[in-house]
Amino acid sequence: MSPEPLVQVRDLVVDFPVGDGHLRAVDGVGFTLEAGQALGIVGESGSGKSTVASALLGLHRGTGARTGGSVLVAGVDAVTAEGEELRRLRGGSAAMVFQDPLSALDPYHAVGDQIAEVVRVHRPVSRRAARARAVEVLDRVGIADPARRSRSRPHEFSGGMRQRVLIAMALACEPRLLVADEPTTALDVTVQAQILDLLHELRTETGAGLVLVTHDLGVVAGSVDRVLVMKDGRAVEHGPVADVLGAPREPYTRALLSAVPRIDAPAAPGQGTGPGEVLLEATDLRREFATRGGLTRRTAPVTAVDGVSLTVRAGETLGIVGESGSGKTTLGRMLVRLLEPTGGRLHYRGRDIGALGERELRPLRRELQMVFQDPVASLNPRRTIGESVADPLRVAGERDERRIRARVGELLERVGLDADWYHRYPHEFSGGQRQRVGIARALAPGPRLIVCDEPVSALDVTTQAHVVALLGELQRDLGLALVFVAHDLAVVRQVSDRVAVMRAGRIVEQGDADTVYDSPQHPYTKGLLAAVPVLDPVEATARRHARLAAAGA
Amino acid sequence: MIRFLLRKALGLVGVLLAISLVVYAVFYLAPGDPAQLACGEKCSPAQVLQVRERLGLDAPVHLQYAHFLQGIVAGRDFSAGTGLLHCPAPCLGVSYRSGEQVTDMIAARLPVTASLALGAMVIWLVLGVGTGLLSALRRGRLGERLLTALTLAGTAVPVFVIGLVLLIVLCAQLRWLPFPSYTPLTEDPQQWFWGLLLPWFSLALIESAKYARLTRSAVLETLAEDHIRTFRAYGVGERRLVTRHALRGALTPVIALTALDLGTMFGSAVLTESLFGLPGLGKLLVTSVGLIDLPTVVGLTLVTGFCVVLANVVADVLYAVTDRRVVLT
Repeated sequence: MSPEPLVQVRDLVVDFPVGDGHLRAVDGVGFTLEAGQALGIVGESGSGKSTVASALLGLHRGTGARTGGSVLVAGVDAVTAEGEELRRLRGGSAAMVFQDPLSALDPYHAVGDQIAEVVRVHRPVSRRAARARAVEVLDRVGIADPARRSRSRPHEFSGGMRQRVLIAMALACEPRLLVADEPTTALDVTVQAQILDLLHELRTETGAGLVLVTHDLGVVAGSVDRVLVMKDGRAVEHGPVADVLGAPREPYTRALLSAVPRIDAPAAPGQGTGPGEVLLEATDLRREFATRGGLTRRTAPVTAVDGVSLTVRAGETLGIVGESGSGKTTLGRMLVRLLEPTGGRLHYRGRDIGALGERELRPLRRELQMVFQDPVASLNPRRTIGESVADPLRVAGERDERRIRARVGELLERVGLDADWYHRYPHEFSGGQRQRVGIARALAPGPRLIVCDEPVSALDVTTQAHVVALLGELQRDLGLALVFVAHDLAVVRQVSDRVAVMRAGRIVEQGDADTVYDSPQHPYTKGLLAAVPVLDPVEATARRHARLAAAGA
Repeated sequence: MIRFLLRKALGLVGVLLAISLVVYAVFYLAPGDPAQLACGEKCSPAQVLQVRERLGLDAPVHLQYAHFLQGIVAGRDFSAGTGLLHCPAPCLGVSYRSGEQVTDMIAARLPVTASLALGAMVIWLVLGVGTGLLSALRRGRLGERLLTALTLAGTAVPVFVIGLVLLIVLCAQLRWLPFPSYTPLTEDPQQWFWGLLLPWFSLALIESAKYARLTRSAVLETLAEDHIRTFRAYGVGERRLVTRHALRGALTPVIALTALDLGTMFGSAVLTESLFGLPGLGKLLVTSVGLIDLPTVVGLTLVTGFCVVLANVVADVLYAVTDRRVVLT
């Protein structure tokens, strides 16, 4: 007789209170997981995948949500367990690795103390012993000099290191199940690969089960044995990873897979007029920021952009890729003069605009626009979207209210929204729709060049595909020049005619998109491309072995 | 850190110079003759002239101000009747009225106001933060409602009404407390405590509602943050979540407000001081303004200004100590 599985979920139903009624977030999901096995739960935002993950630890208890069905984790039913039993489950036999490593840790306490606190909840050990255990797990997840670093606070770590700290916290009490909710979403590709490798290694080493929740199909390919695809609270498809990704049975899975931008597919942009006159020319552009040190020390200024030269022509898309901290956002902002360069020259249509004052820039502002990453933060929540789109028109001196209304309606339709939505507020829209509003606002003054800073990184793959298609369409119809700044190599390839790869403030490689991706010259570009997760599980495993071999060598 | 303190010290000097200039200007624009007042109603013009000379009021205004500054740095000599009165640095001048040195007058009253302000602060922090915590966690329970009502009433009703009622009920009728008086802490700590308990409470009641609201919103805000969810998911108990994690986040705004309140209290606790007959700074200030006693007023404003600035520097340092992300520059 086989032993009882580690996780057994049957007919899980979760309802959230909404107004007077309830919203069904999870609707009859069931699966089992054996010890040492890994299950990936994939789906787009709103599919209920994170809700399932939370239910494994009974985290909906006391939030007003109604939970039905049974969730057996290591013999405890997370739906009904109470008091001590529930607390033992949380962190003791099952532990959660949270997303967004900056906000998931308490900013006021040292990370070692935070891990020690969790240890002492579950084990009757002294403060010292708990602290020692914290140092031990920090060491295990690859934090260098763990004894000293355990006294640091979360803000003193990089994003990848913070994610490691969160994994260390999960390991602290040797749980039998790890639940990881989007553990790599906020991270760069190379760091993402390291974290996924670490999770894989820990699972083989400790024999714990892993539930990996993600929107990224590439992430599950190399990391799990089985995949559960969710849509609108239901399990659409469930099976071994090779079958689900290799030969999907359900149309939804197929649609999801086809929306994933492929890094190996040649780009299809530039079907329009083709590159025209040179619009923007940067020569040896630099930007330094003054920094503040700790309580006593002072540090030298940081160079965010360190001598970048590039040109952007009308009707073409220049992709700028790089990891966080590479200076790509600073560069993007300088190109539209939201930031002033501290060195080098910037010419727009032959005129030096690098050192122009705000007053002289005013007439050029309408020609140089920007679309921001976070469509939630970049729209004023207290103003209607119509007002937001109308702002640039009013700034440009338009006073006739009827003409403004008509133009805003036109713009909203242009980006695929309804002209009648003028009076709606940002919170009434989905992420993709909000980004469309952001694009409409950038189009309003009639720009020649738009810098898009991570315009789709907060969106689901299918929404991402739609927004990218919209940008291509606008470029073709209006002859716009686009600068597409992103960390996602596949998306950049999809949209760009030419690509510049940035690292530490410099462009390490620049050229025709296909050339850069198919035969990268710089070792950094090669490393980046190798770290991108692939959809083929066999290939993913092979790459993991190659990475480990390279690291061990 | 040293740079930070140096910059703050420079700022402090600037603020104090500005304060003293403004006070001087107001005094010379305002009607009334200090010499006449100092000499008394029945003085002959000749006597007034003599007094004016003795007080240095016959010199041009800018020279008077210069002498005042010189006194702070190097000390000054005054002719007092027969001989010379030496006022050592930092000399804030001599009262037009009593001929006492201003520094002595302030030094005698500072402990009174400091005792009053610091004691009240302890009570308003305990009462305000406690009420705020309760209303964040146990909304609607009886204890929470009572405390919230108490703090709101304390803020809504003027201090002389509350103080008077407490005085009549607790001291006169029930005789549970002695009538408020000031005994130096060094002399008799027990008497110091009992004598100030009532003034502390009256003063703290005015402030506590503000702190309750602030604490409540800050705690609720922190409890909604992601890191609280993290620790809940690791089985950390609710009590510990609040005391160790949520309250910590609420500390920052409470520190900022406390510093401001404490600083202002040094000059503005006058109602409480008068009501309970405590010889503090606020009371002296009001009397001196009435008597156009310029040196005393300037001295007092400088001391209270100094306290406000100092309290804010302390708050900045506390920020950096409680939240390591804060960098002092």
